[in-house]
Amino acid sequence: MKQSNTYIFLYSSAMVVIVAAVLSVVATVLRPYQELNIEIAKKLDILRSVDKAEQVSEVRDRNAYVEEEYERYIVDSYVIDYLGERQEDVDAFAVNMRDEMRKPLEERNLPVFVARDDDGRENYIFPVHGRGLWGPLFGYVALEDDFNTIFGVILDHESETPGLGAEISAPFFEERFRGKKLFDDEGEFVSVRITKPGTVPPGDHNVDGISGGTITSKGVEEMLYDVLGSYKRYLENRKNI
Amino acid sequence: MSKTEKEPMFSAKNIKLLSTPLNDENPITVQVLGICSALAVTVKLEPAVVLAVAVVAVMGAANVIISLLRKTIPSRIRIIVQLVVIASLVILVDQVLKAFLYDVSRQLSVFVGLIITNCIIMGRLEAFALGNRVWPSFLDGIGNAAGYGWILIVVAFFRELLGSGTLWDYPVMEKLGLFNIGYENNGFMILPPMALITVGVIIWVQRSRNRKLIESK
Repeated sequence: MKQSNTYIFLYSSAMVVIVAAVLSVVATVLRPYQELNIEIAKKLDILRSVDKAEQVSEVRDRNAYVEEEYERYIVDSYVIDYLGERQEDVDAFAVNMRDEMRKPLEERNLPVFVARDDDGRENYIFPVHGRGLWGPLFGYVALEDDFNTIFGVILDHESETPGLGAEISAPFFEERFRGKKLFDDEGEFVSVRITKPGTVPPGDHNVDGISGGTITSKGVEEMLYDVLGSYKRYLENRKNI
Repeated sequence: MSKTEKEPMFSAKNIKLLSTPLNDENPITVQVLGICSALAVTVKLEPAVVLAVAVVAVMGAANVIISLLRKTIPSRIRIIVQLVVIASLVILVDQVLKAFLYDVSRQLSVFVGLIITNCIIMGRLEAFALGNRVWPSFLDGIGNAAGYGWILIVVAFFRELLGSGTLWDYPVMEKLGLFNIGYENNGFMILPPMALITVGVIIWVQRSRNRKLIESK
């Protein structure tokens, strides 16, 4: 069957219009669900960085559970600039770290989330964002109230190699950061280095990387250095009180 | 469709459409298509299974749509039409996963999008759905996707078991106590070349059991 050019033009135009209509309707209908998922996932990550919301895989109503835990433990959140000054008119939860890290240091909005445990102990949680081998890396770092010791980290990635770089989001790797320190004995900001297993003696400032995931591991190291480096003044100010 | 409805839904011919891609005309081991995704997603069992299911859904639906439209599609732009159909279906799957299976969609990340580039799907649209009625096209799509999927799952099974010592993230090797007697995971299994070698072994086993596949010379 041989069709005329007119038919082909009409056919393809109609096809494009129909497909565009269907896809936009679906995207619009599903958007509220997707946004809720993203918000819950973010709250869950924040909670997990301070060891909360641990029964999330067991509860029936996951969303309600996460909201409840978030209300209970995350007592405050605010945004600071690189000098540690509060920025009053910005919502910490809405700040996108990816956009902030593209700005020059002076213009970054840096969110801080404050978690208070049942016994009154406070943790300070900072969102981090960086680059791995194939795509972005992100997560949360929770510090103890000395503003130096890492209480916990949550790492995630968009498209690192499964089984290799993707292992950064596995609990065994995240566990390795616990108790590490950001400042050395002289009070210099050194962050945490990720080293090849066995090359550097264990210390306060290094963790073992992942074999076969070197570039991703380096990405995590740079991410921590860059992002927590932006908070440096704030951390120093709070640390010395 | 009404004129020739005499043929039963699951006639021998239709069953054959479903079953030959599983073995005699397997897209991966016999036609050697779709190798790229067989390398990418078979490190762990779970993404392999979810991807196999997603491919079954996309391929069944794409074959049905193209078969319904087959009399209207201008032959000069048929490839573009096929591509648009596949791409839209994949975006639909991706959106649905993001809305209702957010965790799985986060794990699969880019792999869902990669279904678009899966040459098996377009191959079946071009070779079968364009020239056949809806029901046989549907069976052909499901059959080929299943033929692709089971290879993916078998490869992922061995790679996860031997490479990470787990199955569906359950630490099998550790529970068996093999680490205590000196067993170690083979890190090589995690790397892409081992997927090719595993597929090669499957082809070897398949050919030694299925004489039809051996080329006469």
